[in-house]
Amino acid sequence: MKVRADRSAPDPVASPAAVAARAALPPKPRSPFREGIGRLVRNRTAVAGLIIITVFLLMALLAPWLAPRDPLAQALYAKLKPPFWDPAGSFDHLLGTDDFGRDLLSRIIYGSRISMLVGLVSVTISLFFGTFAGAVAGFYGGRLDNLIMRFMDLLLAFPSILLAIVIVAFLGPSLRNAMLAIGVVSIPRYARIVRGSVLEEYGKDYVQGARALGAGDGRLIFHHILPNCLAPLIVQTTLGFASAILEAAALSFLGLGAQPPTPEWGAMLANGRALILRAWWAVTFPGLMILFAVLGFNLLGDGLRDALDPRLRD
Amino acid sequence: MSRFILHRLLSLIPTVLGISLLVFLMVQLVPGDPAEMMLGERASEQAIQDLRQQLGLDQPLYIQYGMFLSRLVRGDLGRALRTNEKITVEIAERFPATIELSLMAMLFAVTLGMLAGIISATRQYSLFDYASMILSLVGVSMPIFWLGLVLMIIFSVNLGWLPLSGRMSYNIQLQSVTHFYLLDSVLAGDWKALRDVLWHLVLPAFTLSTIPMAIIARITRSSMLEVLRQDYIRTARAKGLSRFAVHYKHALKNALIPVITVIGLQFGILLGGAILTETIFAWPGIGLWLLNAVYARDFNAVQGGTMLVATTFVSINMIVDVLYAWVNPRIKVN
Repeated sequence: MKVRADRSAPDPVASPAAVAARAALPPKPRSPFREGIGRLVRNRTAVAGLIIITVFLLMALLAPWLAPRDPLAQALYAKLKPPFWDPAGSFDHLLGTDDFGRDLLSRIIYGSRISMLVGLVSVTISLFFGTFAGAVAGFYGGRLDNLIMRFMDLLLAFPSILLAIVIVAFLGPSLRNAMLAIGVVSIPRYARIVRGSVLEEYGKDYVQGARALGAGDGRLIFHHILPNCLAPLIVQTTLGFASAILEAAALSFLGLGAQPPTPEWGAMLANGRALILRAWWAVTFPGLMILFAVLGFNLLGDGLRDALDPRLRD
Repeated sequence: MSRFILHRLLSLIPTVLGISLLVFLMVQLVPGDPAEMMLGERASEQAIQDLRQQLGLDQPLYIQYGMFLSRLVRGDLGRALRTNEKITVEIAERFPATIELSLMAMLFAVTLGMLAGIISATRQYSLFDYASMILSLVGVSMPIFWLGLVLMIIFSVNLGWLPLSGRMSYNIQLQSVTHFYLLDSVLAGDWKALRDVLWHLVLPAFTLSTIPMAIIARITRSSMLEVLRQDYIRTARAKGLSRFAVHYKHALKNALIPVITVIGLQFGILLGGAILTETIFAWPGIGLWLLNAVYARDFNAVQGGTMLVATTFVSINMIVDVLYAWVNPRIKVN
């Protein structure tokens, strides 16, 4: 999707002399990579996404220095303080406190660590197993392909959040199991992409050439074929971060992910839910963080799709 | 066409079998003894032993699966641990609530989403276009469990316009025949109840509709834009047809094909999202029921509920496939 208008500005270097000078120069070769980066930088959604993600990453990395207080420290004399702009609020707690007197801002800042970690771990799981399964299925074909892809179809036969909930229900609620469940649930998305790309690339001359030169299966898959399927994988990985963060927050909200008193946004929301009549801030801010983090990755994913793989545009 | 439908129907059988196998095997994920987990630490050894026997956990795996399947085919999912009520009965009472909620959400998503998409496309780069596209970007990223709470704070707690939670006010008496309250109140001719039920539906349905609405808006816009660029649209314009006729009679029909597919795909998101929405609004549907079974470690009920939701999900996908083939006959070739 493209929101930006194509403004046809007059070409500043279109004077006859400039045209002549340009014609004299040898054509500047641009690698597809640099071309992609160029398109990415010009894509406003992608840049917006990148900025949001950078902010969250910095927040996660610098949490101990940024957070004004210990995210777990309780202060019973400062329970349910509103944000600073409220007459009852103070600058001691910029975004107020929860029902244990814990500083909301500090908890939110520390929460970014958990969400980034969840994204990283879950996406790594699904990327690794999905790529492997998809590559094997596409490369070897036949029965193995059938077996693997039918299993992937089966995973897709469940609404993903339901499958994640059920897996955690059986494994037992914890952040670790939530990350695992979310990772497993998204494996088919990657497997399908990789399988499709492998099938497309496999018949091409360069692959057959490499094979004729004696390259083994592993080398053919990982060295020759996979690098050519990177674009859709990068897009999916970015979007995968978004859905992983969202799903993990949902699981924690339901009490199936991060457990109290962990400063996780979804778990904070679950706690704030009980305070809905008394402390709107305990509900509002953690949710906004989830929204922005997910939005950041979705924006970047959309932008990457436009920049890296114009064919995938919706 | 009928051959295609038959083919799709038959392909449902292995899928549902596969789902049952996966759902069955999930108990194996439980660290330790499921029977012990279900009854808790204080249960007597005898009680655990009994439950183990009752669930067939003392049998080899393939026999267990055979038992599971044969019970499934007979529509016997066992009894819920908390209420000792038949799981099928409990599900039958709650599933209509989820369907009612999902259908209402779909109604919101399709009407508002398509409307926004069409207006955006016909007024590309207008203020409305920018606003609706930004909103739809935000909508796709929306943690609906949060949105529900925020809407509750605004419309129920502060403004007092809409009820806080549940399906119906306590002072309303409604003879429930179908468990679809909208249908029930219409059948009973009870307009007061209908109004009350509708009022209760607004917030949960809107919350649940957010993500599908955003996706439908985006796909409608891009599909419509693509169609509007085509030659036959230019011809229609050139021969002097009104804007309305060009947009709604010529363009929309062809732009709808991808939209229909996407709408079909959204049902899965709705079924998943229903679990979250029902939790927030205390909506007595299958999602809330399933979640309570999870909290109670009632593995039997979790399996039953999951089986049902997943089967519903693949059945809906099948229906969408068939509808799609009907709308767009070219697809059948594949």
